[in-house]
Amino acid sequence: MIRWQKKAVAAGAVFALAAALAACSSSGGKQEEQSSSSGGGNVADTPRMKVALITHSGPGDTFWDIVRRGAEAAAKKDNIELQYSSDPDGAAQANLVQTAIDSKVDGIAVTLNKPDAVIPNVKKAIAAGIPVTVLNGGLDSWKGTGAIGYFGQDERIAGQATGEKLKQLGAKKVICVIHEQGNVSLEARCQGIKDKFGNVENLNVNGTDQPGTQATITSKLQTDKDADYVVALNAGIALTAVQAAKDAGSAAKIGSFDMSKEMAKAVKDGTVQFAVDQQPYLQGYLAIDAIWLYKTNGDTIGGGDATLTGPAFIDKSNIDAVEKYATAGTR
Amino acid sequence: MASSITSPTTADDRVASRSISARLLSRPEIGSLVGAAVILVFFLITAAPFRDINNTGTILYQAALIGVMAVPVSLLMIGGEFDLSAGVAVTTAGLTAGLLAYQFSLNVWVGVLAALVLALAIGAFNGWLLMRTGLPSFLVTLGTFFILQGINLAVTRLASGAVASNSISDMDGFSSAKAVFASEFKIGGITIKILIVWWIVFVAIAAWVLLKTKIGNWIFAVGGDAAAARAVGVPVRKVKIGLFMTVGFFAWFTGMQLLFIQNGVVQSGEGVGKEFLYIIAAVVGGCLLTGGYGSVVGGAIGALIFGMVQLGVVYARWNPDWFKAFLGAMLLLATIVNLVVKNRAEAR
Repeated sequence: MIRWQKKAVAAGAVFALAAALAACSSSGGKQEEQSSSSGGGNVADTPRMKVALITHSGPGDTFWDIVRRGAEAAAKKDNIELQYSSDPDGAAQANLVQTAIDSKVDGIAVTLNKPDAVIPNVKKAIAAGIPVTVLNGGLDSWKGTGAIGYFGQDERIAGQATGEKLKQLGAKKVICVIHEQGNVSLEARCQGIKDKFGNVENLNVNGTDQPGTQATITSKLQTDKDADYVVALNAGIALTAVQAAKDAGSAAKIGSFDMSKEMAKAVKDGTVQFAVDQQPYLQGYLAIDAIWLYKTNGDTIGGGDATLTGPAFIDKSNIDAVEKYATAGTR
Repeated sequence: MASSITSPTTADDRVASRSISARLLSRPEIGSLVGAAVILVFFLITAAPFRDINNTGTILYQAALIGVMAVPVSLLMIGGEFDLSAGVAVTTAGLTAGLLAYQFSLNVWVGVLAALVLALAIGAFNGWLLMRTGLPSFLVTLGTFFILQGINLAVTRLASGAVASNSISDMDGFSSAKAVFASEFKIGGITIKILIVWWIVFVAIAAWVLLKTKIGNWIFAVGGDAAAARAVGVPVRKVKIGLFMTVGFFAWFTGMQLLFIQNGVVQSGEGVGKEFLYIIAAVVGGCLLTGGYGSVVGGAIGALIFGMVQLGVVYARWNPDWFKAFLGAMLLLATIVNLVVKNRAEAR
């Protein structure tokens, strides 16, 4: 068996290699991708700092990848060494804040989507003289902590804006797809849509299981024949919903939150009607840059109030201006 | 198929003559079959869209998504082992095919075949390490689970600079590969995804192997008592490594379905937690957690129960907040019916 396995593996490897040499794709792939070099730019001559970015992201989430890119861009410009870490579990995220305090960082950027768990350690950091910025989540709770700024969107307001948009578009019945059951921000978005639009039904799906999500949305559309709009709360789920509507033979249109390369394409060719953009790149960038400005010049952005990074609507009318950034992975 | 073989643990029954109904009732999958029927009737009554024949394709697809992997996982469980890495191995296979084809601008089929080689190698590694160290498969595959999860994320970021693989939908060979792994067709108005067809084929082949061939007997033997099996000349090592490689093969197949159903993009964080769904399907379908007993058809019925409940909750338009609670209650119901039927059957 072992000998047989070795032979099989070797044969497979040889075959794959031979096939690889003979079987290049005539279209697509990395060779066709245009390499857009982001010009080096100047680096600040301020002393080198160490800043921690600590989020509640699960592993492998495109949205947080864009946040991190923004943070890295600011860190590079500001001569900052960025330490990124994340954990979706509240207590574990709080512990990551503690390790940042222990390693004596010069600043901490943190998400407060699980405020009760994380805030005690944020207060500890501030007491230890480490400036803290809050991004993405925690709009209702960041002010009392002593943090120097907040960068994100108000999810309820973003939902309400989406509700208005749906009214304009003449929607009649909306299905709001929640891809992480019990996530406060996602619930707030759907609630916001309901505030302004009314006829909204929530649907829970498992966001880390694309085919299962697709089947669940399909079955919902088969049940709700009168639903004419599906609003997804992230780009991946929206593209899955497009497929699901097709499967269900439903004429329902798709709206979404957040951008991605694939989403830009979908908005352009009209398979997704609109995307609500909260500019994650900007959230990451500002959260880091604000620390640098505070440390080097005593500045605070927002003047004690939250700095909103969204919602902005991206649809067919303005996709051309955004597309190339989405393709580069910064929108 | 149902009347072809008796349970290997009750050797004396082989010489006794038994009625067809008694033999049928002693099959491991009979309890889950009744459970599935109960769930089906329940939803036919409570959820109107469940009665619409056109929605059958959707329900079967949901079941097939778990069901395809439940085939090798059932076999493995009958052979006395677990594989916790099965869920992320699916993602690994999908990512490998997508990233390789994209990064080297290759025909998509090259990526697909390379992913097959890798998936089989992962299975072989699990099996080899298990036999080599004598550690429980729970520990060995738990290690592989974390290794693969980390590699999925790290390699994807290194290769594509993001946490999802790049789309390969415009590359050579995509459409033909999609036709094989993720196409769909219509039968009398019902849209059938090809995965459902593959699922039925896989279940039929695996059930035949398990019940009609020497290898099938070996699987029962190594799961029942590996030492005794070895004593009578069963190649325990080969069987177990082979079973893990079978899981690898199916992980590859499911990974390709994942890749081609969604424009050739795979998210690197996916797959975590799916391994439990496969094991749940096998257990609901009558496979013993201790090995040596179970059936492939049972695993398929387990997946069907899971699929019906998942979508039934949506079709019935129950408050989505209760979704998981309904799911858990239904699965318990199915399993209890399963247990009652089996106890009745054994008491006869």
